[in-house]
Order: sequence, then structure tokens, then C-alpha cells
Amino acid sequence: MNIDPSYILALSGVLFTLGVLGVLIRRNAIVIFMSIELMLNAANLAFITFARTMGPATEGLRGHVIVFFVIAVAAAEVAVGLALIVAIFRSRQSIDVDDIASLRG
Amino acid sequence: MSIDLILFLGIALIAVGTAISMLASRNAVYSALFLVLNFITVAALYLLLNAAFIAVVQVTVYAGAIMVLFLFVIMLLGTEEEQVGKDISWQTPVAVILGSGLAAELGYVLLTGQRDVAGPLQAVGPEFGSPASVGRVLFNEFLIPFEITSVLLLVAMVGAIILTLNRRKVSP
Repeated sequence: MNIDPSYILALSGVLFTLGVLGVLIRRNAIVIFMSIELMLNAANLAFITFARTMGPATEGLRGHVIVFFVIAVAAAEVAVGLALIVAIFRSRQSIDVDDIASLRG
Repeated sequence: MSIDLILFLGIALIAVGTAISMLASRNAVYSALFLVLNFITVAALYLLLNAAFIAVVQVTVYAGAIMVLFLFVIMLLGTEEEQVGKDISWQTPVAVILGSGLAAELGYVLLTGQRDVAGPLQAVGPEFGSPASVGRVLFNEFLIPFEITSVLLLVAMVGAIILTLNRRKVSP
């Protein structure tokens, strides 16, 4: 594929913004979590695009390695985050983030 | 308008459409399935950018393992439907204003600054982004981070088990 990389970066920016909107608008904790995954994905897309602009040298492949690490860390994050959501649901019977306000002064 | 651009615009349309559908669905299961579709379209984009290994990892790990975990938890908790009518009235407008502000800033940075940091897409051979070449960089330059990541996954696994452990049976 040979197009202007700023198009792909713009798509990455749009996806990131949609993820931010999801975190701000939705109240279901699981959907908020999925929006965070969308943001990670948008950042990965920017990494892969910049990797292609570096040319065939190994400098470009470092971008791929970083994306690999991001995916691995996202997997760990999802495991712990979903465990937290399950624990919160057990004690409160709800995962609506507006209901989780017991720390409010 | 080149064939590459048409291909990209099609994929971008699907990616943005699925992302918006994910936000708009009231049912969390639909949101998760739209996100799977979004991940797969982004994986197709990775393939077009010569990132074959990352594209396959994206499909297997993200669209496969992680989203199955999400669907499993959604169905386990039975919280598909969001209660309606409890919205804070100013939440959505403020979120849209802040989001469009972020989009405007991102657009400005991309349109003005991108050409200074990165040139156009380079022509690369089929070797670029293959599992062998990515693995060579990963194990030559990033061996310690790789090992730390494995420890991180182990800690996350232990943490998830500890967090969901049902202690009520032990101390009634």
C-alpha cells in the first residue's frame, strides 16, 4: 500500500477520539473498558504506520516489537480489570460506574 | 484516486463505523462484537502496512482471547442492558465538546507536524514484518523487556485469581 501516512494517522486519531468519547459517555464499566482497548488499538495503528515510514531497516521493526508489548500488557490489564469488575459486581450487584460512589465525600 | 486509497477508505469507513456502533449499542454484547469487527478491520490495515506478524497476533490475541474474556464476563454477570433514565443531563454534551476539542488538536498536530517527524511510507520487501524478522529484533534488542512481560502476565494471572477468590466460604 502506498498512500500518504497522514491518512492512516488521521484514522488512528479518530479511533482514539471515539475511545475517549466512549469512556466519557458510557456508564457500563465493561463498555468503558472496551473503549480503553479501542484507544490502545488506535495507538498501535500509529506505531505500525510510523514503522512503515522508517524503511526496511530494523529501526522500523522496533515499532512492531512495541506493538507486540502493548498487546501483551493489554492482555494482562484485561485479566486484572475484569477480575476487579467481577469483584465489584459481587459486592454491589451493579457495574454502573455511577453506582460506585462510596468514596465520594 | 488510486486503488490503494479506495481500499484504505473502505477499511477506514468500516473501522470508524464499527467504533461508533460500539459506542451507540445499548447492549454490551453487541458492543463487544462490534469491537471484534473493529479489531479485525484494523488487522487488515496492518496487513496492508506489511505487518503480517502483528496482524495475526491482533486477530488471535485481541479479537480472539481478550474479546472472548470480555464476552464471558458480560454473560457471566448478566449486565448486558444498561439502565436508562439515570443519565446526568450535561454528561453527553460536555463529552462531545471535549472529544471534538481532542479531535481538533489531533488533526492540527497530524496535518502540521507529521511531515517533520516522518516521511512517506517506504517501500519494503516481503521480509519486513514477518515473524522471523520481528523475532530477531525482539530477542536481540528487547530480551529483558520480553522476560519482564512474561513475569507481568504471570502476576496478572495470580492477581486475577486472588481478586475473584470467593472468601465467604472460608469465613462465614
